[in-house]
Amino acid sequence: MADLTMTGPRGPKPKKRFSRANIFLYGTLIVVSMYYLLPLYVMVVTSLKGMPEIRMGNVFGPPLEITFEPWVKAWSEACTGVNCDGLSRGFWNSVQILIPSVVLSIAIASVNGYALSNWKFKGSEVFFTILILGAFIPYQTMIYPIVILLREIGLMGDLGGLVLVHTIFGMPILTLLFRNYFASVPEELFKAARVDGAGFWRIYFQIMLPMALPIFVVAIILQVTGIWNDFLFGVIYTKPATYPMTVQLNNIVNSVQGIKEYNVNMAATLLTGLVPLVIYFASGKLFVRGIAAGAVKG
Amino acid sequence: MSYSVEIKQLDLSFGAVKVLRNLDLNINEGEFLVLLGSSGCGKSTLLNCIAGLLEVTDGQIFIKGKNVTWAEPSERGIGMVFQSYALYPQMTVKGNLSFGLKNARLPKDEIEARVARAAEILQIGPLLDRKPGALSGGQRQRVAIGRALVRDVDVFLFDEPLSNLDAKLRVDLRVELKRLHNQLKNTMIYVTHDQVEAMTLADRIAVMKGGAIMQLGSPDEIYNKPRNLYVADFIGSPSMNFLEGHLEAGVFKVDDMAMPMTGYEFAAPQTADRPAVIGIRPEHIVTGELVRNAPLQYHVDVDLVEPMGSDTLVYAKLGDHLFRIRMDGQATVKAGQTIEIGIDPSRASLFDKATEDRL
Repeated sequence: MADLTMTGPRGPKPKKRFSRANIFLYGTLIVVSMYYLLPLYVMVVTSLKGMPEIRMGNVFGPPLEITFEPWVKAWSEACTGVNCDGLSRGFWNSVQILIPSVVLSIAIASVNGYALSNWKFKGSEVFFTILILGAFIPYQTMIYPIVILLREIGLMGDLGGLVLVHTIFGMPILTLLFRNYFASVPEELFKAARVDGAGFWRIYFQIMLPMALPIFVVAIILQVTGIWNDFLFGVIYTKPATYPMTVQLNNIVNSVQGIKEYNVNMAATLLTGLVPLVIYFASGKLFVRGIAAGAVKG
Repeated sequence: MSYSVEIKQLDLSFGAVKVLRNLDLNINEGEFLVLLGSSGCGKSTLLNCIAGLLEVTDGQIFIKGKNVTWAEPSERGIGMVFQSYALYPQMTVKGNLSFGLKNARLPKDEIEARVARAAEILQIGPLLDRKPGALSGGQRQRVAIGRALVRDVDVFLFDEPLSNLDAKLRVDLRVELKRLHNQLKNTMIYVTHDQVEAMTLADRIAVMKGGAIMQLGSPDEIYNKPRNLYVADFIGSPSMNFLEGHLEAGVFKVDDMAMPMTGYEFAAPQTADRPAVIGIRPEHIVTGELVRNAPLQYHVDVDLVEPMGSDTLVYAKLGDHLFRIRMDGQATVKAGQTIEIGIDPSRASLFDKATEDRL
């Protein structure tokens, strides 16, 4: 008996490296990442090639001679219609749209969410339901009414008008995000603060805000990505002088005059996509923490 | 005699659900009052009403003679300790203790002095610069008590403060709480579902059910003279043995047994015969030598024995009725044995079967 127990299985069960499950799992992962990475690779290498090399047609080959000329051209020389100052103008327009829109929408939505989860008032649930309904109405149906609205208040074509539109359209989803986060904060914490004599704003700034960093990061990423990548509102509610970067990009890429400069187009597209990418990589960990929030313990 | 807290005809409804019904309660200066009941009985709701965290539907609340029904929680002169500690996670212990004082715009040296005093009483001085996340459960609850302490209030409210702690720590902190009450002599209102906490801490216990107070009295009264069947059944572990029968001319009859209730103090003189329930606590049933001194003696068949170390719980059959008997831990009883038991009717409780009130 004793011998049997010594020779039988003992300790951790050995794992096979090339089991069927592993091959399937990693195989899927590799295929999916190829699907996303290959186009990116093509864009990067094309943007670093000169036009003669592109015409040779070797799409997947690495550049024989690396040149940053297309990037410079995309940034400061590419023509859109009559202007020939590249993406740079659009970039600064986008920054001017992005910063106030993100700050305003998040500031308002976080207070909304806090009020709706902790200071319930008569009709607050109805109010919340109506607000959330906004998230399910297609944007396209509201385009023309907003044109009229902006014209009436004199903000049509102005960057301020676009900031207003972005702030309002961010409200439903952001309020939902913040409300659910604050609802996951133990109610007793809020009660304790009230017994300690703190009012609406003091509880918000001193108790809730410091606990809500992860969800703020989530909100910032959502808004930066959403607003930066927005094309529709940008093209409708602004005029050529105030076009955001995405509209500018479209105008460069779709410009039909002369030859198609693939390398410049690729560089311009990469430049435009850089901002959300940087934001994401800079805050990736916090983003995951925020998404996984709700499991926060006091 | 001035009351510390007076609750007059308090009603609270959530929509159509009545949580508290016409509740009256007077709490004396310096009293330790425990609100005891199973979950959903309204005990925490009542505490939240006293704290001002819930708006009442009707009725009044007075603290120190002042009508505070419409007052903000911070204006009521109360401090509150919660089950989940509810410490502000991003602040240090010191920050937690001084938050309320800063809100009240107290001068800095006054805040320092009060925090230092609370830290000394609760022995949390070395923890002042730590964050709550770095504290153990017992330490956190001490800080939570400290947060109520620094506010220098008349009334302390405790909402199941020991329920999140493990068993051993709970006992330690219970003792500390009692010591703290002896030292501070504040009025304390304490909500719990744990009858041991209630019995050990309370000057008076209010047993609640369905938004009303079933019985208000000292732990001794609640234990020995429960006013109705609910209280009798709720208090005591293992719980009381109940036998349904008839009360006829001072004799309780069940099946073919007759128990003359000699020595039993009736709440009112019994004139009519009526269906009744007798309640006998497992620890009031005697065995062995003591049986000879008991007024009533019976033979029972042992069904099951549960040794618990300090004592032994015996399930035995008297006729068709299963009885719980609490015996000494050293008792050597075995299932299948027949043993003799003694019952003293003066220590039993009789209830009207229809109204469930004590007779």
